Amino acid sequence: MRMSVYLSAIIAFVALAAGSIILPDWAMFLFAMALAKGLVCLGIIGMMRGGVVSFGQGLYYCIGAYTATLIANHLGVSDIFLLTLLSAAVCLVVGLVFGPLLSNYRGIFFAMLSLALSMVLYGSLSKMSFIGGTDGLNIGAPTFLGWAPEGRPLQTALYLYVVAIVVISGTLMRIYFDSERGLITLATRDNELRVEYLGASVRNLMTYNYVFGALLGGIGGTIAVLALGHVDPEFAFWTTSGEFVFVAILAGYLSVPAVFVAAIILELVRSFSNLYFPNTWQLALGIFLLVVIVALPNGLGSLVSKRKENKT
Amino acid sequence: MSAGVLEVRDVQKSFGAVTAAKDVSVTVPQGSVYSLIGTNGAGKTTFVNMVTGYIKPDAGQINFDGRDIAGLAPRQITRLGIHRSFQIAQLCNELTVEENMLVAGAIHGKTGPSFLRRADDGSARDRALATLERFNIAEHRNRLIPELSGGVKKLLDIAMAMAGETQVMLLDEPTSGVAADEKFPIMDLVIEALRAEGVTVIFVEHDMDIVTRYSERVLAFYDGQIIADDAPDEVLSDPEVQRYVTGGPA
Repeated sequence: MRMSVYLSAIIAFVALAAGSIILPDWAMFLFAMALAKGLVCLGIIGMMRGGVVSFGQGLYYCIGAYTATLIANHLGVSDIFLLTLLSAAVCLVVGLVFGPLLSNYRGIFFAMLSLALSMVLYGSLSKMSFIGGTDGLNIGAPTFLGWAPEGRPLQTALYLYVVAIVVISGTLMRIYFDSERGLITLATRDNELRVEYLGASVRNLMTYNYVFGALLGGIGGTIAVLALGHVDPEFAFWTTSGEFVFVAILAGYLSVPAVFVAAIILELVRSFSNLYFPNTWQLALGIFLLVVIVALPNGLGSLVSKRKENKT
Repeated sequence: MSAGVLEVRDVQKSFGAVTAAKDVSVTVPQGSVYSLIGTNGAGKTTFVNMVTGYIKPDAGQINFDGRDIAGLAPRQITRLGIHRSFQIAQLCNELTVEENMLVAGAIHGKTGPSFLRRADDGSARDRALATLERFNIAEHRNRLIPELSGGVKKLLDIAMAMAGETQVMLLDEPTSGVAADEKFPIMDLVIEALRAEGVTVIFVEHDMDIVTRYSERVLAFYDGQIIADDAPDEVLSDPEVQRYVTGGPA
């Protein structure tokens, strides 16, 4: 069974990596951004499986992006691996601070508290002129273990890096979701009382999921800022977090690949509707989500998941 | 004190002006089968909830194996070997019967739940299936909970609680919501399985036929107090119990 996960990962990597050959520059950028945001959404999916939804995942997206930018600009680090590692480490620490606090809350309280934290960061960053204030900061092109590509090779390398990270993270999260703790998380979503009376700590489970979400959010933010070359407080704004929730709902919590498919669909719908009807693209997006919720209440993932659905 | 003994001493609990437990004291020896009887609001479920950590007593001690467990969290008490089932079966509706058992098995596993080990690996499934077979519900393993009858839900609830190393099992109305013709078969199965492992059983019950048939000792509750603690025949023929609990001779 585990072999099928690894095989799927290899196929996913090859299929996505093929995009570096066939996709034009604009599409490669769009896919890289979608996959980076998909990573953040994968973290939300981990929490959704436990029955909570973070409306403030922009917090870690923003912290990851700012950490990478500040380290690159002030410490002269440009290596993409190191920047990702350091940003993830900072997000891990922040996640470990807020995780135990937020894991005491459920439902709307969890959602609003997570949103509040991201808005506090947004407000703080907007007032900090020494790190760009509302204008934000620019970051230079990353290097890859000493290699400093430019132009198309840079974009290709960055895209392949994102694909590799996505495949590795997706595989690890699939293994986690299929694991004993993954199943207990699903049980928690359904019946916390039963899980506690079986002897497990629901609070610990929630903390783990939150911390994993923080890590993925930080990595997503790092990749996004390296692709964009710019970060500003909008990374932590509620609309950014809302977009992540949108993707998570679109994908559902049943399938890992569905998260990235949903993220790509969102980017495509947004890009094309922005192009053809710029003033009403949100309307198109809203209608699209409405159709998915009505037709597939458990998200796109329910199309491929083998899990039996409760129709009652 | 010998191992596995549950000793409740002078426990009190009030909810505002309502006193749910008044100087409740009882010693339950290991391997015995006790039933708790009483009218609604007499304090039976409060007793179960205090022993299993759902509510904390205002005063008194609850000792298990010589350790005061009053005020511990439910999961801590469960890990000591005191497990419970619920009046309304507490199951995970979005999971199948087998997955519910796998959850219980994963939590009670010797090494604790893993981030890497598959929840449905061969040995875990075998263990889950063995428990389901023991409770005669293996045929339902691929069904979701809402598709099950009340009796199967009750059995699964108890089977999940039994997945760990149980020393004391508290069953809160194990036959409520169960069809009349299923009550005795279910109790036969449950009590036999628990006795086979030397588990101490404390069950809340309103059906006096079940109380008489399965319990070795009965605790009659009235107004938050234990008004009788004796063998079933003695308790059910007690005039005070007949007056306040059973409403007439058993």
